Amino acid sequence: MEKDLYRQRELSRIKEDIQRNVYKFTRNPLSIVGLSLVCMIIFIATFAPYISPHPQSAGKYVNFYETCKPPSLAHPFGTDRFGRDVLTRTLYGYRYSLGMAAMVISIMGPIGIVLGLIAGYYRNSWVDTVIMRATDIFIAVPPLLLALAVCSVLTPSIFNAMLAICVAWWPWYARMLYEITCSLKNEFFVQAAELTGASTFHILFREIIPNCLAPILTKMSLDVGWVILIGSALSFVGLGAQPPTPDLGTLVADASSYLPELWWEAVFPAFAIMLVVLAFNLFGDGIDDMLGEEKGG
Amino acid sequence: MKFIIKRLAYSVFVLVGLSILMFAIARVVPGDPARMALGPRAPEWAVQRLRDEMHLEDPIYVQYYHWVKGAVHGDFGRSLVTRRSVASDIKEFFPASLELALYSGFFMGLMGIALGAVSGWYKNRWIDNAVRILSYIGIITPSFVFAIFFVLIFGHALQILPTIGRIPSSLTPPPRITGMITFDALVTGNLFLCLVGLKHLLLPAISLAMGPLSQEARITRTTMASNLDKDYVAAERSSGLAERTIMFKYLLKPSLIPTISIYALDFAAIIGNAFVVELIFNWPGLSRYGMNAMLQKDLNALVAVVMVYGILFMVVNIIVDLVVGLLDPRIRLGEKSSE
Repeated sequence: MEKDLYRQRELSRIKEDIQRNVYKFTRNPLSIVGLSLVCMIIFIATFAPYISPHPQSAGKYVNFYETCKPPSLAHPFGTDRFGRDVLTRTLYGYRYSLGMAAMVISIMGPIGIVLGLIAGYYRNSWVDTVIMRATDIFIAVPPLLLALAVCSVLTPSIFNAMLAICVAWWPWYARMLYEITCSLKNEFFVQAAELTGASTFHILFREIIPNCLAPILTKMSLDVGWVILIGSALSFVGLGAQPPTPDLGTLVADASSYLPELWWEAVFPAFAIMLVVLAFNLFGDGIDDMLGEEKGG
Repeated sequence: MKFIIKRLAYSVFVLVGLSILMFAIARVVPGDPARMALGPRAPEWAVQRLRDEMHLEDPIYVQYYHWVKGAVHGDFGRSLVTRRSVASDIKEFFPASLELALYSGFFMGLMGIALGAVSGWYKNRWIDNAVRILSYIGIITPSFVFAIFFVLIFGHALQILPTIGRIPSSLTPPPRITGMITFDALVTGNLFLCLVGLKHLLLPAISLAMGPLSQEARITRTTMASNLDKDYVAAERSSGLAERTIMFKYLLKPSLIPTISIYALDFAAIIGNAFVVELIFNWPGLSRYGMNAMLQKDLNALVAVVMVYGILFMVVNIIVDLVVGLLDPRIRLGEKSSE
């Protein structure tokens, strides 16, 4: 009976939490716009083969009757020089951009987080020195330049581009986590856990990590946009996804050699990049509104 | 002073680390760099000679030793593709990139702070909203998209600004002093050439600056707006100071500290994006050179280019630290009292 009561109270607390977070998130109408855009783009990416008007245009496909057509009803974004529908290729482009962002953040996030966590926890020991000096070295080069350099020694492909972005991006997570951990380390709840003899693993992942979730989630949602920007730049210079893969950056790059005649081939994918980055930025700001204040109280 | 020495020593450490990192990246490439440089049909003896020249058959730390020995003498080895000394290539191409980066960085700082300050001062009025929308556009648009839009609009549709190279090929470049065309032309008194150079700089510099500029504006606005509500501003208002004095003398200065702190990072974005934008504007700079080195796996050139930009980035970082120290009395005085 008492257990039931306890569970009920717990449930209502969770419900209240959710309601409060929803309220905080929805207070800013821009966050809602961001959320709906994100949902829309994920939907497009998932169902690209079903909703795009000419699915065969996504890969190697040539249709000489339809080459270089300006935007029309049949081809709202026009067609490229192989007669492929640009709208279709743009919709497919979201698949690669989102996939890339998801992969990069799910690989590199944890690596950077764990390294920063360990360095922060063993502050002023040799572990801290090794990890943090290593991040300093990685941060000494502009991230896009480092990603380009790593990419260039590997064979250009979308997978290697992800790898390169990971190499350039993990130090920023490590540094953020390092700072948070350093300040959390002296909090009473960590000291209490240490005194009761909790294992280091428990302290790191059960005590400290849950308390840095807010900044991590905020950074991750904002970083989706950044990864897409960097990934499209890599593809643009030819070190990322290779044609005929319809990555958004590749699409713009492909078209840029045929300006200004085939302007529609470059302009629409460029707008598509801007739209997805905007969506994740607005969404990230919303997450920030929602979780940001919880740090203080 | 102590702070500066410490900062410099630390920079040297990071540079050494960076060189090791880049060297390792350049040497773990699958395949034989000498064979890749000379092509599959080169005779074996030529490949062998290049291998000897690059010490490719020694263990990697010996290779690194040879590389460092050369690098401190300003010798970065020979480009595997152009067969020229990388150091002289850098001397030739770096000024163009530096010129672009400086103009772009200057424009970014100026406009970012100006827009941010105006927007923070007129908080929630139409001008603030316009600046905020503009800065959103700046943040979400990759610099190569700006570059393409600018080429389309100003180069093709309106045809008012040049979109290729540094000066038209019909003009002779000014005598080479620093290699930066606008500067050289000004020093030698050729005002016309200086203006032509500036005109060519305009589009690439702005397309590089747009993104970082928006970041700067956004941060300046946030700090301005929050400082505006502070008690000391109300105190100054009530003591009858002119609005203009309050804004420039008391409000802007402390509000600039976060903006300038991220200036180095924004400058890094300019350097990185220059690799893409220089390609679009056919700008004969080091980034384009580096980009070609990357596409052709020219490892010596690649390592050298990254090192040069590493040093540039580091210099900007140090300057930013110094400026923040100057602006923020807490840092400046704290440093003094600890000495």
